[in-house]
Amino acid sequence: MTTDNKDRPGAAASPFLDFEKPIVELERKIAELEQLASVQKISVDEEVKKLSEKADKLRKDIYSKLTAWQHVQLARHPLRPYTTDYIGEMSDDFMELHGDRAFADDPSIVGGLMSLDDKRIVIIGHQKGRNTKENLLRNFGMPHPEGYRKARRLMKLAEKFDLPIVTMIDTPGAYPGIGAEERGQAEAIARNLREMSGLTVPILSVVIGEGGSGGALALGVGDRILMLEYAIYAVISPEGCAAILWKNQEKNKDAAEALKLTSRNLLELGVIDRVIDEPVGGAHRDPKTMAAELKRVIYEELDYLQHFEPAKLVEKRRAKYMNMGFFAEDSA
Amino acid sequence: MSWFKRTKKSVKAAEKKTLPDGLWQKCDFCNEILFAKELEKQLWVCSKCGYHFMIDTDKYIDILCDPGSFEETHRGIHPMDPLQFKDLKKYEQRIKESVKKTGREEAVVTGFARIQGRDVVLSIMDFGFMGGSMGSVVGEKVARAIGDATDHRRPLIILSRSGGARMQESILSLMQMAKTCAALSRMSEARIPYISILTNPTTGGVTASFASLGDVVIAEPRALVGFAGPRVIQQTIRQELPEGFQRSEFLLEHGMVDMICPRGKLRQTLEGLLSFLCVQIAETTQEAEKDEEDSSAVS
Repeated sequence: MTTDNKDRPGAAASPFLDFEKPIVELERKIAELEQLASVQKISVDEEVKKLSEKADKLRKDIYSKLTAWQHVQLARHPLRPYTTDYIGEMSDDFMELHGDRAFADDPSIVGGLMSLDDKRIVIIGHQKGRNTKENLLRNFGMPHPEGYRKARRLMKLAEKFDLPIVTMIDTPGAYPGIGAEERGQAEAIARNLREMSGLTVPILSVVIGEGGSGGALALGVGDRILMLEYAIYAVISPEGCAAILWKNQEKNKDAAEALKLTSRNLLELGVIDRVIDEPVGGAHRDPKTMAAELKRVIYEELDYLQHFEPAKLVEKRRAKYMNMGFFAEDSA
Repeated sequence: MSWFKRTKKSVKAAEKKTLPDGLWQKCDFCNEILFAKELEKQLWVCSKCGYHFMIDTDKYIDILCDPGSFEETHRGIHPMDPLQFKDLKKYEQRIKESVKKTGREEAVVTGFARIQGRDVVLSIMDFGFMGGSMGSVVGEKVARAIGDATDHRRPLIILSRSGGARMQESILSLMQMAKTCAALSRMSEARIPYISILTNPTTGGVTASFASLGDVVIAEPRALVGFAGPRVIQQTIRQELPEGFQRSEFLLEHGMVDMICPRGKLRQTLEGLLSFLCVQIAETTQEAEKDEEDSSAVS
């Protein structure tokens, strides 16, 4: 699961990361103690209080100084909520729409219609699998061109019926395979970038997990770009970057640091607009709270975006991307 | 994750292919020994196998444009290092070395030019400058060239060759894909023709943005064009790749390019296409001018 755990006997069975384990163990101890107390009718309040305080302190210690690589691990956490988990928590009327009308339906991108309280939206997101079987279906959240073309179809549908678009980004990247190249992976991504720049309805993009390069951006040309606190977003994976620039895959931690891929980094660079805080320990430790917060923020953001006239929205969106980048220009 | 191993060779192999000076040249593809003067006459295309050597931006300007018509625009835009990126080398150092090696400011040159007397905006990428990678400067210059084409109502031609987005600017490089496409979105609405020429090699973030979006897409023969590089694909799927995979001929067969055009015919092909597509521009420009005259007459 993670390179840190791989070599330790027995460690692979736990879904928790190395740096999470002390906290998880403490929590387990507290739970055991409480259970014991309820069975034996004795008071352990004092003991539980002490342990809880210790756990809180430990959490704060660990999560206040996470390395970039630990962010990567959290963004890829096997228990992290995925697009359909959030959809399920945020709405009970989601209707999935399938297919690109040209080649296939790509299950690594899901999309459809849903309500968000009194708003009707089109939601589109990458979808990873929770286990091997699901991952075979979802291709580990790595779309083929038909996934991006389905997304574009649904965006056009949203435009036609004047529905705002919410996209959720969570992919290691667009799939690098023979079929993907044969069917024009590059063109599918490129066309989404251009079409999204001209859509006349609001687009809100949220990076909920892994923002893997062009495969992520193809759903990410929004009026506002938000990121969950422990999500990541970069032009290449740390492993890929280490292999190419360091010529050594083991340097993934250095590469993660250098790529400035955390939500805070990206906010400082002015690339994203807002960071959505996660529950202590990450979204996977409390998915319900995370989903409620995400829903609240999406609603608030859509309220803001729906104030703009369509032409103004497009103009602002284009200007936003035209301003991206840092360069020095000689004065004439 | 062992997908990305063995990348060492590719980086070095790519750099070897620029033309060394000398009387004789060996074809990279068929190993034929070619007389340099003759090769130049053939526009650096192997007379035996048709292999297109990688050539300098100036040579492409000579091949495509009317003599002396190219006027470079947007000079003096230089890369910064907002991430303070350092791998085995500092990004700053890599930029300095590329500037010295290529004599260029960055991996793209933009300008106004004429092709068979027709005004165009031309943009040519340079693979020699950090693998033709797109960072903030390339994105900005390409976006400005697209803006020039839109505002001056001139057709746009972009000749691409690039390894993709520039890793040293991470997310900022990625955003250049969105930036150039946002510029193209505006241009497309203005109905200005855009012809994209794909040359060897064009991959990654450049293919996955402006290079794939031409109204007409032309590829030079046997150019490697794709989203993912062949090595990454091979390591992912763990199979041998089919013969000719991701070459221009493969792209034509799969419907990804309109035509394959040898270097020697590029200019006449461009003129042929533009003579059809620019009728629209001429008419709308005349209408716009007429409208302007009308409105000024009223006031």
